[in-house]
Amino acid sequence: MNRKIKLTVQLIYLCVILVTPNRLLAADGKLIGTAGLMQVEGSGGGGIVPWATISGYDSRDQISVSAVATQVDVDDYRLNMLGASLSLYDRLELSIAHQRFDLKTLGGDIKQNIFGVKYRVFGDVVFSDLPQLSVGLQHKRLEDKAIATALGADSSSNGTDFYIAATKVHLGAIGGFNAVWNLTARATRANEMGLLGFGGPENDDYEIMLEASAGILFSRHLAVGAEYRQKPDNLGLGEDDWVDYFVSYIPSKDLNITLAWAKLGTIAGAADQSGLYLSINGQLR
Amino acid sequence: MQQIKVACIFQSMDNYGNTMTKSIFLPLTILLLIISGCAAKQESVYSQLGGQSKIDEIVDNFVSEIEFDETILRYFEGSNIDRFKEKLSEQICKRTGGPCEYTGDSMEAVHTGMNITEGDFNRTVDLLINAMDKADVPHRLQNQILKVLAPTRDEMLYL
Repeated sequence: MNRKIKLTVQLIYLCVILVTPNRLLAADGKLIGTAGLMQVEGSGGGGIVPWATISGYDSRDQISVSAVATQVDVDDYRLNMLGASLSLYDRLELSIAHQRFDLKTLGGDIKQNIFGVKYRVFGDVVFSDLPQLSVGLQHKRLEDKAIATALGADSSSNGTDFYIAATKVHLGAIGGFNAVWNLTARATRANEMGLLGFGGPENDDYEIMLEASAGILFSRHLAVGAEYRQKPDNLGLGEDDWVDYFVSYIPSKDLNITLAWAKLGTIAGAADQSGLYLSINGQLR
Repeated sequence: MQQIKVACIFQSMDNYGNTMTKSIFLPLTILLLIISGCAAKQESVYSQLGGQSKIDEIVDNFVSEIEFDETILRYFEGSNIDRFKEKLSEQICKRTGGPCEYTGDSMEAVHTGMNITEGDFNRTVDLLINAMDKADVPHRLQNQILKVLAPTRDEMLYL
């Protein structure tokens, strides 16, 4: 991980240890399997979609710190992502993520850092009648914009996505199994999440993209589902929407391992990019 | 019946992958799926559980779980455990569709002054899940019980 990020994560962690009264240690105030994961840009979510859930098992009286490592290995590319988040009182989530996108066939890589903020507006993902609703942003900073600008993205090396997300767990909804769904609308100018820069010759403005997830919890420890993420095509390179099918194993509130099949379509002219998504998500406290 | 419902979901999911690119079809489908509800009504949870004896077993286990949990036990200081068992049993029986009436005080009245936090409430739900596990209640029935008890949460928190 980038040194600056590593340091920031350590600082956050230290602050948490210093300011946390004993009673708040090891947040456990949500039902197992309902805290969700940390998605590929570091926000609490599914795998590729940010959800309304605040990452970690903190309740209204607790705080939590989570970390995630994810790899998505498709035909011509490999995305490596490390992230950490601080969740305050199941209300506010601050996240930081570092992405390294390996160009397997071309050689080299693209690095990006993402700073996220999410605020839960209302609702409890399990207990309220209405879905849990949150608003958030993801500020993305490319470490090197050379590839992005060569492909036609505008000259800025950073951009910010804004989203609103609604998530709901329905107890015993489908044949007695708990079910979860999420809908997210994202305003974005990012090309391939920002890895290929922001804006482009085909479109330079913010567009609203829809994202969705649905899953079934077959036990307290096993969730299966699918996700969809609509994407813009600002560069005119045939950027495709993303789809994934996931299986998530949740042995305890401290750990989550997710395996998925990701269908990412055309990326920078290379068609039919599909492959395995593996993510390990842990709650540190 | 249940298998059909699950199959219905999987079929829908499979369709997402094949038919959808650059459209908002999937989110809409998911929404419709939830609203229209692949789920359907079945016989009462109470009879699926096997009636009152299973509910009593759950309640007994639940009280044992609480006795071994310092955080939750302090909410029960000075309370009459036998009465708690009886009223909780009635509550579960009634809410799962059994032939009972709840004869206790309102949930608000019972919990006012306790200032139950969200974290402690959810911790108690974990204890109830443990109690159901120990009574060999199948996962899917556990969810149904949690579902019918969930609306009482607002009558218990931070009062």
